Amino acid sequence: MSTPTTANTPVASTENLTKVYGDRVAVDKVTMTVRRGEVYGFLGPNGAGKTTTLRMLLGLVRPTSGSARITAGRGDGSVGALIEGPGFHPYLSGRANLRVLARHRGLSDAEVERVLERVDLAGRGDDRFKGYSLGMKQRLGVAAALMGDPELIILDEPTNGLDPAGMADMRALVVDLARGGQTVLLSSHMLAEVQEICHRVGVIHDGRLLREAGVAELRGGVSLRIRATPEPEALAVAMRLAGDDGVRREADGALLLTLPADRAPDVTRALVGAGIDVHEITAAERSLEEVFFEMTSQKESVR
Amino acid sequence: MSTLIASATATTRSTRAELVRLRAWPAVWITLGAWLVLSVMFGYLFTYLSYTSGDPGFADEGTTQAEQLARMLPDAVPEVFLQGMPMFGGALMMVLGALVAGNGYGWGTWKTLFSQGVRRTPAVLGSVTALTAVVVGTLVVTFGLDLGISLVIASSESQDIVMPSLGSVGGAAGAGFLVLEMWALLGFLLGTLARGPALSVGLGLVWALVVENLLRGVGQLLGWVESLTEVLPGTSAGSLIGAVIGLDPTSGDQTPGVLDTVSGDRAAITVAVYVVLAVVASIALVRRRDVA
Repeated sequence: MSTPTTANTPVASTENLTKVYGDRVAVDKVTMTVRRGEVYGFLGPNGAGKTTTLRMLLGLVRPTSGSARITAGRGDGSVGALIEGPGFHPYLSGRANLRVLARHRGLSDAEVERVLERVDLAGRGDDRFKGYSLGMKQRLGVAAALMGDPELIILDEPTNGLDPAGMADMRALVVDLARGGQTVLLSSHMLAEVQEICHRVGVIHDGRLLREAGVAELRGGVSLRIRATPEPEALAVAMRLAGDDGVRREADGALLLTLPADRAPDVTRALVGAGIDVHEITAAERSLEEVFFEMTSQKESVR
Repeated sequence: MSTLIASATATTRSTRAELVRLRAWPAVWITLGAWLVLSVMFGYLFTYLSYTSGDPGFADEGTTQAEQLARMLPDAVPEVFLQGMPMFGGALMMVLGALVAGNGYGWGTWKTLFSQGVRRTPAVLGSVTALTAVVVGTLVVTFGLDLGISLVIASSESQDIVMPSLGSVGGAAGAGFLVLEMWALLGFLLGTLARGPALSVGLGLVWALVVENLLRGVGQLLGWVESLTEVLPGTSAGSLIGAVIGLDPTSGDQTPGVLDTVSGDRAAITVAVYVVLAVVASIALVRRRDVA
């Protein structure tokens, strides 16, 4: 997903944010910035400190040290959030629960209907919350976060409990929100989901922010994978095109060139011109998942 | 000034929101229903059965039929209205207060609220105000029910209908409000302290129904314990009701929980202080503590 042009002003940020519970450091000097209009993916395995960081950002939990600030908009309606599962009155219907929330915030019943439609719950809005499936509860939580059209929406594992269709709907919703100019801070350990919809990501592990970067930057750009014979001649041409450090030979004899995908025709022409048979040329990308596991395993080995 | 107006607006919004959800909560109606049933049972039913059978029950032992009838007529409504409050009325209101605050933690609704940018102080004040509205509603319904029953009894027994004086109604309403409000808000504080309904309800009931009575018993042996019991919520509530009802010092069989340990004025002040303390402490706790 391309970075939005408006993404420069921070709408939420933390600086050396730390939370200690007894002798356990849950969040360790995390400094991160969420910019206006972007979808920011907050990645980390379970227990990495994602939810605690978000709780501190929302003021639910006091930091031990450091600071967390939300600068989106002004007043009560600038932030909407779903944090670690939805919390609603079980005896009320989904619609009544949202109406209670709407009254707290001075919003109209029309707004309740709008968000129920948005998460596809209008038809089941009069059912009691305690009778909802996990996915429906999750969607109601997202509906609550969308009420009042907040500038910043914080979603903590919003696809938990959703079926594949529900997950696809949720992804489409997040993309749609970003298109509408809203900023989304999405916490998840579902890396494919984050790779698909986020502009930038922050990777947290054991309470520490390992890296904060654009998705493309984190994945190291696109490279070209070539299978050509004879291999020594193909390697020589590849090194001429991508430089000595830009070529890596894989175990099966394939060559991995650090070049953008649009250079594929140049590479093909050069190889064929040198009398080399080209059997395969493909754009190869490292997935966010690969990068993530690489980063977190490096962290483990350092420890 | 604008901050004050904004806070007042936010509190009003939260009060309306809390009233919407309390109105739809079965626990509220069950608690109020239990109070009304107990109130009518101990205020009228047993006395009426005893009166019609001519066989005094435990609540009416040593009283004549004429005294029993007089206790069920309209001008005695303020007394009947108040007599159950120090004991089961207070306990039930404390349960309700603990449920209102404690379930917010158990169900995660405080978290949902504060996650959407709703500020903590107005939210708590709104909840407390809505709880106060429930207390007032309870008082109105109870008084109306008692008055209705007494009018029916007066008519069926061909008695002159003498309505209670405005002064006695006002005194009973004020004392009843203070007592039920104090217990409801102490329950709210307990629910906030325990961050859940179960422990707060259990502890509150043990305190109100057992511990205070035990301490009053020990107080007869130890002077300093007696001084301590004089400022406890149960003693103060019982003494306030006792001062309004007017205890008969010659009668050894008083209504449970109704006391004359301290003067009415002192009891009223102590109960009012508990009301204020419970609100202030609840707000301070919710503001300071993490919301899990």
